[in-house]
Amino acid sequence: MNVLLDKKILDSQLTDWYFTNRDQLMAASNSVFNSFRPEAMECFRKMGIPDKSNENYKYTDVREVFLTPFNRYIEPRKILFSVEDLFRCDIPELDTELVLLVNGWFYENRPRLEVLPNGIIIGSMAEAARQYPHILEAHYSRYADFRKDALVALNTGFAQDGTFIYIPKGVGQDRTIQVVNILLSPEDLFVQHRNLVVIEDNAMARVVVCDHSLSAHHFLTNSVTEIFVGQNARLDYTKLQNEHNSSNQLSSSFVHQEKDSHAIFNTITLHGGMIRNNVYTRLNGPGAENHTLGLFLADRNQHVDSYTYVDHAAPGCTSRQNFKGILDEKATGAFTGRILVRPDAQKTLAYQANNNILLTSEARMNTKPQLEIYADDVKCSHGATVGQLDENAMFYLQTRGIAKREARLLLMGAFGHEILKQVPVEPLRDRLNDLVDKRLKGELSRCNSCPLQCQETC
Amino acid sequence: MVPFIIAESHEIMNADQDQIISQVTQTEYKYGFVTDVESDALPKGLNEDIVRQISEIKGEPDWMLEFRLKAYRYWTTMKLPEWAHLKLPVIDYQDIIYYSAPRSRQPLGSLDEVDPELIETFNKLGIPLDEQKQLAGVAVDAVMDSISVKTTFRDALAGQGIIFCSFSEAVREHPDLVKKYMGSVVPYRDNFFASLNSAVFSDGSFVFIPKGVRCPMELSTYFRINAANTGQFERTLIIAEEGAYVSYLEGCTAPKRDKNQLHAAIVEIIAHTDAEVKYSTVQNWYPGDREGKGGIYNFVTKRGICMGDRSKISWTQVETGSAITWKYPSCILRGDHSVGEFYSVAVTNNHQQADTGTKMIHLGKNTRSIIVSKGISAGLSNNSYRGLVRVSKNADHARNFSQCDSLLLGDRCGAHTFPYIEVDNQSAVVEHEATTSKIGEDQIFYCNQRGIDTETAVGLIVNGYAREVLNKLPMEFAVEAQKLLQITLEGSVG
Repeated sequence: MNVLLDKKILDSQLTDWYFTNRDQLMAASNSVFNSFRPEAMECFRKMGIPDKSNENYKYTDVREVFLTPFNRYIEPRKILFSVEDLFRCDIPELDTELVLLVNGWFYENRPRLEVLPNGIIIGSMAEAARQYPHILEAHYSRYADFRKDALVALNTGFAQDGTFIYIPKGVGQDRTIQVVNILLSPEDLFVQHRNLVVIEDNAMARVVVCDHSLSAHHFLTNSVTEIFVGQNARLDYTKLQNEHNSSNQLSSSFVHQEKDSHAIFNTITLHGGMIRNNVYTRLNGPGAENHTLGLFLADRNQHVDSYTYVDHAAPGCTSRQNFKGILDEKATGAFTGRILVRPDAQKTLAYQANNNILLTSEARMNTKPQLEIYADDVKCSHGATVGQLDENAMFYLQTRGIAKREARLLLMGAFGHEILKQVPVEPLRDRLNDLVDKRLKGELSRCNSCPLQCQETC
Repeated sequence: MVPFIIAESHEIMNADQDQIISQVTQTEYKYGFVTDVESDALPKGLNEDIVRQISEIKGEPDWMLEFRLKAYRYWTTMKLPEWAHLKLPVIDYQDIIYYSAPRSRQPLGSLDEVDPELIETFNKLGIPLDEQKQLAGVAVDAVMDSISVKTTFRDALAGQGIIFCSFSEAVREHPDLVKKYMGSVVPYRDNFFASLNSAVFSDGSFVFIPKGVRCPMELSTYFRINAANTGQFERTLIIAEEGAYVSYLEGCTAPKRDKNQLHAAIVEIIAHTDAEVKYSTVQNWYPGDREGKGGIYNFVTKRGICMGDRSKISWTQVETGSAITWKYPSCILRGDHSVGEFYSVAVTNNHQQADTGTKMIHLGKNTRSIIVSKGISAGLSNNSYRGLVRVSKNADHARNFSQCDSLLLGDRCGAHTFPYIEVDNQSAVVEHEATTSKIGEDQIFYCNQRGIDTETAVGLIVNGYAREVLNKLPMEFAVEAQKLLQITLEGSVG
């Protein structure tokens, strides 16, 4: 009874917060955002924060992370210290177009919205809505369906700012675009940023997103990212999650691919509290190809839940999903992957793999790979394994004079690097290899230059 | 020119295939006749009075009535589960007759006293009730509508201490055993249909194999729904004591009717130390006509528990019938070193829907389980595999392997796979593999090239595809299952 009551209170707290701040929200944002708010909040009110009775959230009780009384702001707070001093990216060889989001708000280390010489537009979502409403109208909330997921509905109800990236037709961007989400606050904070990446026909973009927490408070992020990949366009998207253990993240990404497009979406989870990553892919035109990958390393009481949904809506598309997890100590993990092949999406090739290693008897893994197929001329397969390091391989290495600990590291490294080697940006790949190795060794794997010892404080 | 010729020959092949498919879909359900016997039935509807009346007709003791009432009261608080990948119609539970029995005057002593119409029915179905004439060496319990008609070979079995009788008789004659085991594997609160069954179940089979006895023949139950507007709710309980072995077969058919009929059964299996139970089903309830009209709703709860160490439960099922199938034969592996097996071929055609699979719950140490599921969908049907493998904290060195393949014959059907894997122990090794595909044109081409026509080739390929499971069936059933596969699918190529 109490649980039920809690749920209602939680839901109504959030809806109340919306209604008390509605006018201010509406006044501060563009009509593109505002036009979706009422319906989204109505959907949220109906669905409520998902709990385990929701089949898609069977292994993760999202309500738990909402129980902490978070501060929520509808306008950015002044940060009292300089972000530049605190944060220096430690991928020195990587020359990037850097966008900083601090607590979900665009940070003005660069113009709020910048048009690069080749026509690429990078900057703040809020600003983009003002200057380029036609782009937002064409794409905003078109791919992220708030009627199906309460978290997306909640984000759509409150969305104000985030990252905006626009690559015009036929433009290839050599420089990687790097988005750094920083959480830095003197108090516990709830953040909801909303991002949009539009890659027009025949264009190409490389995006690296890094999530960091720079102060030792409780954080909750509920983010939504919509990505449009036009005809024959290409996207390389790498998401690196490296936050501290009281930083919880709910992230939903929607990748919409047109004809003959190609996308790689890679999520590397090194650190964090409770993490739920939803990746929805829609292959909307024939010949599209998608690679959705993920690697997570979890220990202590961490919980990492990956959810993927690949929708083959057109014939002749290819999708590959590969998710791997290493669970240590009392960590728990979950994977739900669904491949949907719609009627007439013939000649589909879809593949999905989920492999997990449990290192301790307290670690726990739940996996749910699913196929839903309505066309007959298709090749679809999925596989899932949960196991431990191969004893024979361990023995072999030890007979070659490699110490047990080293042998373990070698094998775990080999396990994880299958995902990492598919990261297309070389300096980033090297850095990730390094971070993962350090993480496996149990060394602190915060980025080197970070002066905060946040991981030790929690 | 060359590609042109190839294109042409493909066209011919496609035309061939279309013709074959239409032949197949025209294959009628051959067990769809109705037997004209008088029957006694309770009025439509469900309430406490009906539950009391069923209990009274069956002359049940008070504890049984109590059990039914508890289940009924609990059922009224429950809602129909919605997680299955099925389009469930609204079922009016007040529009069903919960008890119907072929009329007979007194308890049957010998076969001569059985209504000749009934014997004729089971003869038509190929079920040997006549002990002298029967060939297969199978002891049969025939259940029509709500009651058990006749159990053969009882005396021969009783000599070894084996009890094989109808559930009602077991309640009368072996109340201690029934009391001890009934509801111990599938409690009355288990799920919506299990609760419903616990409240209104009519009859079924009861098997008890004493310590150390290897049952000398296959035991078999044949279920038949005959009367219109009735639901069939049977309950089977199989107990294998220490070191015992039994192989149990179950078959089912129903007449063709335009109205859907509900079948909600419970099967419970208890295997003690070193015991082995093999349970095989060939399910061929009426699947409805080509437009999806009529057919049986088959909502069944089947579960076995490996109580003792080194015990083994093996489920084999061939699912070809029913408009809707909702069925998950499961194993709870409690004893150390116990083994659970699940082999399934599920075929759906026309408008059939199936959501079927298994649960393997590993509790004991060194427990092993294997799941082999082969789904075949044709026409406009949807066929889902749904399975759970759970390894609990103490189940050290548990091992599971699951293989789920789907074959699509046609571009309007669906094949789905929903495995759930929950691992709570580091030393467990759990593997799951699934593939979905259609019959390769190259495979058919290869056969054609060797002078095998398309229809035979498809038969060969489908049979080869299902072979792994059919091989697990006892001989008599394997033949029937193979025939059934042919009837449902022969020649249909997507």
